[in-house]
Amino acid sequence: MAEPSHITLTTQLRKRIEQFGLVVVRGIEEIGYMFRLLYEALEWVVLGRQRQQPVRVSSVFSEAMQIGIQAVPIIAILCFSIGVMLAIQGIETLKTFGAEAQVVLGIALSVTREFSPLIVSILVAGRSGSAIAARIGTMLESQEIDALRVIGINPVRYLAAPIMLAMLISLPCLVILGDVVGLLGGAVYTKIDLNLPLSVYFDRTFEVLVVDDVMQGLIKSVVFALIISLVGLANGFQVQGGAEGVGRATTRSVVMSISLIVIADMVFTYFLNR
Amino acid sequence: MTDNAEKIPVVEVENLVTHYGDRMILKGVSLKIYQGEIIVIMGGSGSGKSTLLRHLLGLHKPTSGCIRLLGKDITKLSNQEMYEIRRHMGVAFQGGALFGSMTVGENVMLPLREHTDLDEQTMQIMTRLKLEVVNLAGFENLMPSELSGGMIKRAALARAVVMDPKLLFFDEPSAGLDPVAAVELDELILKLRSALKMSMVVVTHELDSAFKIADRITVLDQGDILMTDTVENVRNSDNPRIQSLLNRMPRDDAVDTDEYLRRLTGYN
Repeated sequence: MAEPSHITLTTQLRKRIEQFGLVVVRGIEEIGYMFRLLYEALEWVVLGRQRQQPVRVSSVFSEAMQIGIQAVPIIAILCFSIGVMLAIQGIETLKTFGAEAQVVLGIALSVTREFSPLIVSILVAGRSGSAIAARIGTMLESQEIDALRVIGINPVRYLAAPIMLAMLISLPCLVILGDVVGLLGGAVYTKIDLNLPLSVYFDRTFEVLVVDDVMQGLIKSVVFALIISLVGLANGFQVQGGAEGVGRATTRSVVMSISLIVIADMVFTYFLNR
Repeated sequence: MTDNAEKIPVVEVENLVTHYGDRMILKGVSLKIYQGEIIVIMGGSGSGKSTLLRHLLGLHKPTSGCIRLLGKDITKLSNQEMYEIRRHMGVAFQGGALFGSMTVGENVMLPLREHTDLDEQTMQIMTRLKLEVVNLAGFENLMPSELSGGMIKRAALARAVVMDPKLLFFDEPSAGLDPVAAVELDELILKLRSALKMSMVVVTHELDSAFKIADRITVLDQGDILMTDTVENVRNSDNPRIQSLLNRMPRDDAVDTDEYLRRLTGYN
């Protein structure tokens, strides 16, 4: 057809705008879905016992086992490496000013405020966020979620609430672990390079470190815990299209939660340090 | 039907209309199921039989119409009232839908755990009783992934009846089973009905199985109920759609040439 080119251009433009609008609407829908999930889960935690359908403590613990305890070794290794890395970089940079000894301050602040919460959350997002999406998605595809509902078990109460609680408990604990191991990593390298005894290193660390620094990391980790669990759950519950759909949801939930974590981290760092 | 008038309806569907997106799936379906009977919902794929089942289970909200289970309109119930109704209904899903993270025994026990305050010992005995009924005695410690297709269906059936429901829904009991296992499952369904006196709604497209277990058959086609009647009357029906379903003949719908061309060219 020999249509005038300006018509095809405007129709193309209209299509683009339409698509953009759809993406925006879907995004808002998804955010709404997550907040609804959060609200319902909290409602079940508070009112569950009254409705005689409590959120079971045992399932919270078994989730916490998977999300938290089983992640301890890998988190210890990663945070130790981060501590060592910070020490290497810090000493190298501070050498130019002849202030190598100040490295202790740098490590203490950056580990507790930034690196430990960030690394721990990214690791948990990759490890557990994906597992959550995959598990919920598979259950949805095999009609297990339907089976729960017809038995009279609310999936939010039975699956979502325990995961969310476990995440909210585990992540701050893991961050504290990350703090300790990260500082230790820095201490070990400082000892090797500058021959600074561990006891002196930790004495100085606790001189500069105030409660606020550690709290900053913990507050962040609570927000990150919500991000990881809500993103994982929302993606899992919205799986469509069989095994392929489950795979897509898994990937999406990891990419989405890591991106949100980094962005949220930036925003929090800005507001907490003003 | 005068016989039925005295019986108590356990399921009443009136003018049920449902949509999937913009597409209308059920176009005003009405159906009554009486206490103690086995009704088979039959129809080809895309006839809306799975949709009807999902609505009967209260998994979706219909566009309009009402569904009364045991006298209560489930489209208007609060969550708590729905929870009460669910104690009286059992569902066996097509693929079993056993929880993969639990053993067979824990799967069967789950409804008891959630709905009753019985002690562990009693629940275990009741679980074993039901597993005994479906010929799965001694399998309670296996995981669902270790079971064969037929065993999964039977375990799902045990979970569905563990609360002694008044109403049992069964989705495609014989799908994916070899002929012998399918016949055994049919026998089991009949045995359960006579032992536990429950009303059953079975969705299937397997003719042999439908004729064997049904008291009445409902034939669904493209979102409409063609007829609901006894096995004999359905077999003798002269409706061409029903006959093509029963005799496994391809449908030969009249072709609307204009409509056909419009579909091909994509012009509306």
